[in-house]
Amino acid sequence: MAEKTKDLLFGPIFDNNPIALQILGICSALAVTSNLSTTVTMCIALTLVTAFSNLFVSMVRNAIPSSIRMIVQMVIIASLVIVVDQLLRAYAYSISKQMSVFVGLIITNCIVMGRVEAFAMKNPPLPSFMDGVGNGLGYSLMLLCLGVVRELFGAGSLFGVTLLNSTADGGWYQTNGLLLLPPSAFFLIGLFIWGLRTWKPEQVEEDTFKMKPHTRVSDAF
Amino acid sequence: MAGNNESVGKTLLVAFLVCLVCAVVVATAAVALRPVQQQNQVLDRQVNILMAAGMYQPGMDVQAAFKTIERKFVKLDTGEYVDEPDSYDHLKAAKDPARSERLSGDEDIASIKTQENVGEVYLAYDDDQQLTRIILPVRGYGLWSTLYGFLALQPDARTISGLGFYQHGETPGLGGQVDDPGWKALWDGKQLYDENGDVAISVIKGHVDGGTPNAEYKVDGLAGATLTSKGVSNLVRFWASEKGYGPYLERMRKNPDGGGRQTASAGNPGGEA
Repeated sequence: MAEKTKDLLFGPIFDNNPIALQILGICSALAVTSNLSTTVTMCIALTLVTAFSNLFVSMVRNAIPSSIRMIVQMVIIASLVIVVDQLLRAYAYSISKQMSVFVGLIITNCIVMGRVEAFAMKNPPLPSFMDGVGNGLGYSLMLLCLGVVRELFGAGSLFGVTLLNSTADGGWYQTNGLLLLPPSAFFLIGLFIWGLRTWKPEQVEEDTFKMKPHTRVSDAF
Repeated sequence: MAGNNESVGKTLLVAFLVCLVCAVVVATAAVALRPVQQQNQVLDRQVNILMAAGMYQPGMDVQAAFKTIERKFVKLDTGEYVDEPDSYDHLKAAKDPARSERLSGDEDIASIKTQENVGEVYLAYDDDQQLTRIILPVRGYGLWSTLYGFLALQPDARTISGLGFYQHGETPGLGGQVDDPGWKALWDGKQLYDENGDVAISVIKGHVDGGTPNAEYKVDGLAGATLTSKGVSNLVRFWASEKGYGPYLERMRKNPDGGGRQTASAGNPGGEA
């Protein structure tokens, strides 16, 4: 059992990362990672929502009629997201203002819905909760990597504290403006996936199509 | 068990119970946290006002600093002070047909469509009860969004000391440069009105330097953000005009003490509800 809990918690970090392997939840990974404080807030919010929606859905999984299965899951997820949003507005106002609509958009994050449907509907509450935390951690790892790179090299700071003195303030570091724009997160995610799959080649997907070898050998002319 | 779960009655019952529980949870969270949230909003507004007035330092005690600022209400067409409850919200009033005026196309250079009848001003005083800043809420349309901000004036009611926006949706890096401290600093010392009392300030294309004629009425445009610059220019001109705070500022120029601090208790800064 202990071994299984460990798998549930730490499996999704490298072996089954929701962003790197399942390629889910990309939208928010692009949107909130331009500085670290919003990134950390998003990680905590998403981990909480995934864990508790897994827990609650798993608790009522035997009573949910399959015809309204999705909508029941959605109502539970949406309620949790609203509660998290309200909490942020009350206790982290400036950050919640920066994140604006992206807290609400956790509802549509595929990781939450994916874990609820794939895991919580078939497993008891405690493992489901652990699975939610684990996937939240996997998501968080990726977001934190993006956040560190983007804020450090895009703005020369971490958590708003200047580390590399930018030329705009009379320092030496020429900030890379591209990193502050959402597309840069795409490149970084790509590099991360490349690195991860080089380290763990079993994650490389099989080719959908096999290219046939050349049947005719001749010089190009 | 599956068959039982799939019956219409069971489906309705589960749907009803899930909705009920979720509704209770969401409503409880919203109601329980509302006081803290409202406090945050008031605080946020106060920070923005202090920033526009150039009085903000990170980490300062905002509420203590705000004790020196008095909130007053002004009837925009005459410029007289009027009384409103502390909970008055000029943006809400602007949406209420009974308390606002629909602007015609020619008048509405800031593209705000409706304008409240009663606006608010914030007056900052120093330790000797001398007026140091007049802070006006301003808003207007840029390229993509309405910009909301504060315009701070010197006590002479014609010299600008600061302009800052607390909410906008302009393109980051282009129109978003309205938040750039370097650009905001350019507003300091510019003149809102010329000698005849006409609105003279404008944001021009390009750079204002010592050789530019009437440089005191002109501010550099933002590179790559012509329409946002134009929007900012229009909104400042609108709120300084006859339709905006023009009559009030004219009063302040003629009779600077007319807006003097009446009683220490009259001001309830920020309007805590």
